[in-house]
Amino acid sequence: MIGPIISSGLVSHAWDNIFAVFIGMGFGFALESSGFSSSRKIIGTFFGYDFVVVKVFFTAAIVASMGLLYLSYLGLVDFSQLYIQPTFLTSAIVGGIIMGIGFSMGGFCPGTSLCAAAVGRLDGLVFFGGMFLGVFLFSESFPIFENMYYSGSQGAKMINSAFGISPELFTFFLVLAAVGMFFGAAWVQKKVKKVEY
Amino acid sequence: MKKIKNDGSFYVNPYLGGVMLGTVLLLSFYISGRGLGASGAVKNTVAATVNVIAPQHVEKSAYYCQFAGGDKKPMNNWLVYEVLGVLAGAFISGIVFNRLKLKVEHSPKITSRRRLWFALGGGLVFGFGAQLARGCTSGAALSGMAVLSYGGYITMVAIFGTAFVVAWIFRKNWI
Repeated sequence: MIGPIISSGLVSHAWDNIFAVFIGMGFGFALESSGFSSSRKIIGTFFGYDFVVVKVFFTAAIVASMGLLYLSYLGLVDFSQLYIQPTFLTSAIVGGIIMGIGFSMGGFCPGTSLCAAAVGRLDGLVFFGGMFLGVFLFSESFPIFENMYYSGSQGAKMINSAFGISPELFTFFLVLAAVGMFFGAAWVQKKVKKVEY
Repeated sequence: MKKIKNDGSFYVNPYLGGVMLGTVLLLSFYISGRGLGASGAVKNTVAATVNVIAPQHVEKSAYYCQFAGGDKKPMNNWLVYEVLGVLAGAFISGIVFNRLKLKVEHSPKITSRRRLWFALGGGLVFGFGAQLARGCTSGAALSGMAVLSYGGYITMVAIFGTAFVVAWIFRKNWI
């Protein structure tokens, strides 16, 4: 079956939301079992005492990137049918900076706060609640940010084309960079004083 | 493979966890043609709520009207179902790995109250930024990286780079 199987019409659209629940369950299980329900474990990456975020995040990124390229090579997935996050340069940078501040303040990102709330961490629940306020605030002040929201539009641009190389070569470099980071993380973690949490 | 903590709970090896997460992400693209998300469900819930309370306001807003109003059904949405699954999956993992417990996790140097105020503020700021960047760590950064999106990589670097610097300012809360 050529993926994505929903848009290929082989499986009825009604199944999409049912698959969504199961995909979400796998997502939540993977995050929680890796330790992403603990804010102090997550934030350890920025102080060097626990690099679980770097290890899990970049392993997932290279597995999914290589997997998609391989499935595409085998003709099992139609890359043009996949949703590619569009690039709006200004809002991607400014939004990312704002998220980084929220990350260090709250110790979670949206998905991990939900996992923390699911296992009874009240700080996760409160973070998740705070997001509703933030989303509401953004939506109500949208006219102020509208220009920034739409500026720097480059469509569904791919990063390998920004470097002028093939997707395969970019992914190869990504794997090298990730493995380098894994060794670097292990080295730093050995030098840094342990933090009990 | 497993790290046993002093409270009896344990975590899977982070590389195994990463392979699990990457495989779920790959399956999501293979089945539904899209990546994972988390903040999108919050956005849809807010838009749906405002639409119930003040439908005229939604129609006039250039932001809300993209997601709610008219015959749009913001709560009957892939991301909302996926996020319900996340809750269930994390809960199951909490049972399996012995981590279900009501508590506020914080550094011994700060009070629970302070931790919760910062969690609320952090969530507010993160939620705001995720709207501007059209997605959060999962929707924009991780899922974007899987399909080599330029914007996804930019957002990822902006999030982690800023968090690394800002963590130093809030270090008293953590270590």
